[in-house]
Amino acid sequence: MPFACVFVPDFPVEALLRAETELRAQAVVVLEGKAPLQKVFAGNEKARRGGVEVGMTKLQIESCTDFVLRARSPLQEVAAHAALLDCAQSFSPRIEDAGDDAILLDLTGLEPLFGPLPKIARDLARRASELGLEANVAVASNPDTAMLAARGFSGVTVIPAGREAEQLSSLPVAVLFVGAVPSPTLETLDRWGVRNLRGLAALPDVALSERLGQEGIRLQQLARGSISRTLVPVEPPLIFEEAVELEYPLMLLEPLAFLLSRLLEQLCARLGARALATQELRLQLELENGWHAEDDCCASPALDPSDRRIFQRTLRLPVPLLDARIFLKLLQLDLKANPPGAPIAKIYLSAEPVRPRAAQSGLFLPPSPEPEKLELTLARISGIVGEGSVGSLDILDTHHPHGFRMRRFAPAEPKQVEPHSKHISESNSSITALRIFRPPLRATVTLRHGKPSHIVCSKQIQGDILWVAGPWRSSGDWWEQEGWSRDEWDIAVQAESHIALYRLVHDRLNGRWFLEGNYD
Amino acid sequence: MASPLVFSQAAMNRPIGFVSEERGALLSRLSALPKLRGVTAAARLEMRPAPEMVSAGIRAIDTLTGGLPRGCLTEIFGPASSGRTSILLAALAAATQRQEACALVDVTDAFDPHSAAAAKVALDRLLWVRCGHEQKPQDQERHDFSRANKISLRAGTLASKRKIEGPVEQALRVTDLLLQSGGLGMVAIDLSDVPLKMARRIPLTSWFRFQRAVENTPTVLFVIGQVPCAQTCATLLLKLQASGKSVVGPLSLVLGQGVTTNNKQRTTPPHAQLLHGLQVEGELLRCRMERKPSRSVNAAFITKMPCAG
Repeated sequence: MPFACVFVPDFPVEALLRAETELRAQAVVVLEGKAPLQKVFAGNEKARRGGVEVGMTKLQIESCTDFVLRARSPLQEVAAHAALLDCAQSFSPRIEDAGDDAILLDLTGLEPLFGPLPKIARDLARRASELGLEANVAVASNPDTAMLAARGFSGVTVIPAGREAEQLSSLPVAVLFVGAVPSPTLETLDRWGVRNLRGLAALPDVALSERLGQEGIRLQQLARGSISRTLVPVEPPLIFEEAVELEYPLMLLEPLAFLLSRLLEQLCARLGARALATQELRLQLELENGWHAEDDCCASPALDPSDRRIFQRTLRLPVPLLDARIFLKLLQLDLKANPPGAPIAKIYLSAEPVRPRAAQSGLFLPPSPEPEKLELTLARISGIVGEGSVGSLDILDTHHPHGFRMRRFAPAEPKQVEPHSKHISESNSSITALRIFRPPLRATVTLRHGKPSHIVCSKQIQGDILWVAGPWRSSGDWWEQEGWSRDEWDIAVQAESHIALYRLVHDRLNGRWFLEGNYD
Repeated sequence: MASPLVFSQAAMNRPIGFVSEERGALLSRLSALPKLRGVTAAARLEMRPAPEMVSAGIRAIDTLTGGLPRGCLTEIFGPASSGRTSILLAALAAATQRQEACALVDVTDAFDPHSAAAAKVALDRLLWVRCGHEQKPQDQERHDFSRANKISLRAGTLASKRKIEGPVEQALRVTDLLLQSGGLGMVAIDLSDVPLKMARRIPLTSWFRFQRAVENTPTVLFVIGQVPCAQTCATLLLKLQASGKSVVGPLSLVLGQGVTTNNKQRTTPPHAQLLHGLQVEGELLRCRMERKPSRSVNAAFITKMPCAG
């Protein structure tokens, strides 16, 4: 039964580098603790070569200008660990969470699907790299050997069955104790002159047991690669969230878009690794001073001061999408229309996972817009005319003349139609359309025998009423505050060179006359 | 340096009427000339394929124009109460019933959803863009979230850099976006209530751009207005006016020009009267689909009030 281990060396540094990939070529040091007692928590290979050790103080590090200092970010470590789990889950359903920086996979039965074991190991490393994590991958016949090899050898390692002891022999003994506090056993082995796993494996079993007990025997079996255990599988939850804690508050849209682009790419890579897409993106910004209610369309005055530091935007899509560029553009347009009212300290971005859209196109389908393009176009149009001024319509079940509601435009997928439909209509008439004046035009109307005889509305619309029909009385919502009651008249008025028809309305509640529209 | 000989002396002396091999050789020599390289002989120019025609939803209009051409700009103009919006709704209804997604760029926000529903427009396939609602600042180079910047904006320090957009400018930008997005069966621009001065001020380059954007696509670009705005960019130009000739039905009479009512007699009280509809006359002024300029031909149709059945 082959097992693989994906191990991320210098995990706290890698978690930070996911958001700042440009720092990968530099010596990065991660500090932990409250100022001024910050100490080195981790550093990458370049920093170690520069003399940085865990536990050094910030003052000691600052004496050298070559290091890039960053504060440890638990948020980003959680996101990086989730990404690591997604990477493993995209290959095998049986995975074990072996710590923040390591994941074990059961590769049994995967060879027919993904190819031979070395190829699977290379693909695992590449997938981890796509998710922003440079990982060591090792494949062996048991989980612990795979783990030791991944911790000890950089890059991709494949250990054939039966050659575990030989392959592991060159590793230092310290690899058995990685992640734990300095062990007395390690000191003992050091005093004995046992420096590598070959030396530990060669020690006589009984003598080792007499001196170090069962712990010694376990360590020796690990060094020989002969220990075996069952995997403890975990089912990672389908939570796709990325976060960035900023060193300095962000005040401009451009750098925010830059960071959002990174987060979206990582989120899309994670979703893609699990063969999922998203239909809802949630952006949460933690603000430094709190936003101001007049700046935010989603603002609710009932929020307490702690909530006022959180600015949220939700992007709902009509179809599942997985394109970081489109998401970025949509978020940019949304933030342009609704900017946060204060500098940004933290960014959280999460996606609601759904199954990707499966669409079958046809040769004779009528034209319909691509959902991705349409979404972008609608967002751009919303930026021009306003959010509530674009969409499709729902007619409400009411007699109110303006009984309609705008809703999101999402045309249904067209069905198959005949390729040669008629281009001559069978009907020779159409409905007389009304053009609504928004807002209605106030008018001064003179009545004669109870019917309008003269109107003055504007320069263009004034004069004797040539013909009148009505009134048609309607009312509604009298049980509510927004009750209405009106008389409608259809009138004809002489315009410059023609006769124009209007709908004249008398509001019975306030006694005013106004022109509601024009028949055209 | 002597230029290469295109015609040999023998060929020059020969009477007109080449055999096919000589003609082919001559054409190949001509095309090799540096000055004529890249120029296609007129005889080899291909005819532009005729655009696909779709129904406008009214038989008289379809008969008059042959339908609405896809990939072209169709313009209909006329005064108020001349039936422009009724034709627009009929065309939108026909397009949405063909399961095409359509967009209406409503410059003056005059669209009546109830009329559209009565005209059988599938409202879930219609994108309605209401212009003139939001005045967005333009040319704002930076979006600064800081309080200080907001205060400076309020104080008007950057006010001189801002340009307020009118509904016509919004409509032009929206139309541009819709045409570039593609996939729509019809994009309609309603310029009916736009003042003539503003409508005439729309630059011709915008119409050229729209025409180019819609070319070779299945989209019908449909414009209604009071006067022709698109000028030479319109493939089909139709003028509408209320008809002043005929009477519809035995109970109706013509009121002025083209308004038909069901007045039995003039003494009928107004509540017993009913606006029946409009009688509209359309005149085809331009049709680019034909080789020769189209003659001015007319067609008439009736619009009915929803309550008239």
